[in-house]
Amino acid sequence: MNYIFIFLIIISFVCAAINHRLDIAVDEMLAASQKAVEIAFGLIGIMGFWLGIVNIAKKSGLMDVLSRLIQKPLLLIFPDIKDNKEAQSNIALNISANALGLSNAATPFGIKAMENLQSQNKDKTKATNSMCTFLAMNTAGFQIVPAVVIAILSANGMENPTQIILPTLIVTSIAFISALFFVKVLERFYK
Amino acid sequence: MINILNALSLWILPCIIIYILIYALLKKTPAYEAFVDGANEGFKIAIKIIPYLIAIMVCTALFRASGAIDIIENLLKPVLDYFKIPIETTIIMLTRSLSGSATLGVLADIINQTGVNSYATKLAAVITGSSETTFYVASVYFGAVGIKKFRHALLAGILADIAGIVAAVYVCSIFFL
Repeated sequence: MNYIFIFLIIISFVCAAINHRLDIAVDEMLAASQKAVEIAFGLIGIMGFWLGIVNIAKKSGLMDVLSRLIQKPLLLIFPDIKDNKEAQSNIALNISANALGLSNAATPFGIKAMENLQSQNKDKTKATNSMCTFLAMNTAGFQIVPAVVIAILSANGMENPTQIILPTLIVTSIAFISALFFVKVLERFYK
Repeated sequence: MINILNALSLWILPCIIIYILIYALLKKTPAYEAFVDGANEGFKIAIKIIPYLIAIMVCTALFRASGAIDIIENLLKPVLDYFKIPIETTIIMLTRSLSGSATLGVLADIINQTGVNSYATKLAAVITGSSETTFYVASVYFGAVGIKKFRHALLAGILADIAGIVAAVYVCSIFFL
């Protein structure tokens, strides 16, 4: 990211100079930084609202119910954690939090789950099959409500930003299933 | 068909909210206090992304204003046209796996450029909402427990990201075109 940042700016200025557009480039640069702050401020209200609602679900125990629901199918994906109850519940909590669009709340559970999986690992520097599977599931980022994206769309004045929920749900499910598929196929080839 | 799907999208959010509130009511959870606590978190996140947003939006604005992007646009145009992919969304496909904050910046930039109701915005929004930042997640999760050999985890994550992008292009063309 460091190099991308530096090169993009330098190349842009060079190109702008060649194309005799330096004045436009400087104007655009200043306008964009202004716009960035406006967007972030527009986000505060909607982000606050959604995280508030989800925190109610967390406090009322609804999230625990959700995680208990997915505990059984989890064993199909992670066969070696049958006796590791702690890993089971942390993975379940991680997936539930992600599903609600709470990636910040999901991360602590995810790291805890990784530690639980690591305790069963013989070679502590090499990822086990379950660790790879868990990571791939997280990188696919399954979520039911893409709260942040909706917040951005609505902050910019889209009339009906919830219209992206269903297509996003379909796509995220496809990505999630293919992550599982790829990780299970590839694990045979990586020792 | 599309109308039904749109109506379904419209109803998902209210239903989830009502369900969460009724559950809290039955469990006698102090919903108001919980809401205020959670909302406080939203404020912090919005403030935290400002520096990233500035960095990305300035970069892309400069790049566009310089005229450099016209060259790339012309090179890729035939392929993108064939799949009806708006040129503006190619940047988001590349940054999605690399940086979450960068992706939000690019999304904001696409909205700025093509308008909030454009097809490019919708496609970019679906791509952003349906995936996670693969490299960030890998470094945080494996880094936390000291794993150095990632084995097949990254490759699987990237392949799934590609599958997600292909799916996004297809699903969006059905919903929004």
